[in-house]
Amino acid sequence: MSEYQLPAQFEEFSQARKEGFLRAKAIKDSGGHIAGTFCTFTPCELMDAAGVHPVSLCGMSPEPIPAAEKDLPKNLCPLIKSSYGFAVSDTCPYTYFSDLIVGETTCDGKKKMYELLGRMKDVYILQLPQGIDRSYALEMWTKELHRFKAALEEKFNVTITDQALREAAELRNQLRQARTALMELQKLDPPPFTGLGLYKLLDGLGFSFDLHSNLKKLTDLTAQLQADYAAGARPVPPGQKRILVTGCPIGGVLEKTVKVVEENGGVVVCFENCGGIKPTRYLVDTQAEDIMSAIAQRYLNIGCAVMTPNSQRMELLPQLVEEFRVDGILEIELQTCHPYTVERYEIKKLAHDMGVPFLALDTDYSQSDVGQLTTRIAAFIEML
Amino acid sequence: MPVYSIGVDIGSTCAKLAVVEDGRTLVHQMVMPTGWSSAETAQAIYDQLERQGYCPDSSPCVATGYGRLNVPYAQKTVTEITCHAKGAAFLFGTEACAIIDIGGQDTKVIAMADGVVQDFLMNDKCSAGTGRFLEIMANTLCVDPGTLCELARRGSGVSISSMCTVFAESEVISLIGSGTAKEDIAYGIVESIVNKVASQYGKLSVPGDRCYLTGGLCESPYILESLSRTLGLTVTSHPLARYAGAIGAALTAHGLARSERRTSV
Repeated sequence: MSEYQLPAQFEEFSQARKEGFLRAKAIKDSGGHIAGTFCTFTPCELMDAAGVHPVSLCGMSPEPIPAAEKDLPKNLCPLIKSSYGFAVSDTCPYTYFSDLIVGETTCDGKKKMYELLGRMKDVYILQLPQGIDRSYALEMWTKELHRFKAALEEKFNVTITDQALREAAELRNQLRQARTALMELQKLDPPPFTGLGLYKLLDGLGFSFDLHSNLKKLTDLTAQLQADYAAGARPVPPGQKRILVTGCPIGGVLEKTVKVVEENGGVVVCFENCGGIKPTRYLVDTQAEDIMSAIAQRYLNIGCAVMTPNSQRMELLPQLVEEFRVDGILEIELQTCHPYTVERYEIKKLAHDMGVPFLALDTDYSQSDVGQLTTRIAAFIEML
Repeated sequence: MPVYSIGVDIGSTCAKLAVVEDGRTLVHQMVMPTGWSSAETAQAIYDQLERQGYCPDSSPCVATGYGRLNVPYAQKTVTEITCHAKGAAFLFGTEACAIIDIGGQDTKVIAMADGVVQDFLMNDKCSAGTGRFLEIMANTLCVDPGTLCELARRGSGVSISSMCTVFAESEVISLIGSGTAKEDIAYGIVESIVNKVASQYGKLSVPGDRCYLTGGLCESPYILESLSRTLGLTVTSHPLARYAGAIGAALTAHGLARSERRTSV
């Protein structure tokens, strides 16, 4: 009999969630390990090389928020509340079965939430530098990765070899390139994919632990879409306004933002945020003499608003606007995300300087602002 | 034969109708309370159109406002942002200006250049600075919104610090309880709305210094004075400015072939 038990309320869950629990349990039953992560800064190569499956625990549903608000303030980012709520309510299969939860010192809300999470789960926190302009930022982050590596080795009783790291980095590079290739098909006019479909597909791959199969799915799909497009398939009608989405993680607000864009004459051609292009363009130099430093270097290229200054984002955005021939920039922000809502000023200015219309939306996981968001998004697209 | 195009603006508080002849002349307008069902309101407007001799089924028709999806005889829906800009360009004869629309549920500030919306801002989820805020406060003072605005002219010295409508209402009730003059409370209420609108205005870069008020408060001279004073420019309006959204919708409808299937833009 398995030593891993399903949560008491298992029978009440939806079918999809039951399947998630059973899948995660199967991994555990067969001797596998699961590490929950929250961020694109998490160095997944280290976990891969340790034989541990990383999986994102970022909460995208309003459902566990009431449970979280017993411990957390109401006036907090919905993603943080949702993530924490899943943990306290035993309703997320991956949080429930994770052997380890890996966080980074990214935003203040997450940092402090991890401390509370540490009361229930084994939590490891990496100290991420607050910017990359210091000469010692890379050295510091590399040291953090070494410390994390030692912690993984001890917890899971494994040795992480350089060879395993290089192989993991190679596979992750291929996955990133495959994601990039698929996302870059959206440069076509009209694009071959709705933004909503593309985002959901990429997001879904994160819950499948077979990386080789994910890679094959991505390359097959890209080839298929290219072939269909060449044969004249146009799933997105021509003339839709081409929108770039930037800002916070948006998995929890897709329906009231991206879907509304695409129902009102727009199509999202580029996601700059962490579910999209931002973390996929930079690869690890797998031939580097010091593989740990090479892995560290890759992650420091990510242009997230937790970095100050965040020059990487300011450089990437104009490139994407040009490459994807963007008609308008939509910044989606989650309530109380100070890094992004304050940085909005710079992005608005950047958009203005490029002559690209810009709209910022501040929202949460509730349904209370659907009407107003729809009017704003529709008016923005009418204006383009 | 003249072509009549129809604009229906179903707002959160009032529904407005405008009929434009040949895309040039406003020939009919009407306002009515939206009530609880925008579908019923849309039907009432339909009946009114028929009584007036227009044919809503065969004339080009655009619906706007928050109830825009509940107008089955409209061929197209367009947001109130675009419609207010178009309507303002028509009423004020300008293609470059700022438009402030204090609506029932939303307050919008729109920057227009070359007759096209360049940028806009709407109030956040809460109702501070909107017509609803004014309505609730007027109710608490047992006057109608128009009277509240004129009372405000004779008041001074009170400031309502709560941005939240519910808290502001308690603040007003305590002022009433402490014997503060109605005029002074009214002054505080109008200042609160005007300051909220001004802070939105300040966030938008506006071409030139022309600024027009549309929406239900367009006929309140004191609101215009107070807005002008706070913004440091002359805010003007038009007696028909409450119909700006409906007029904009009718102008958008002009030129739509009636055979077009209903779509959203």
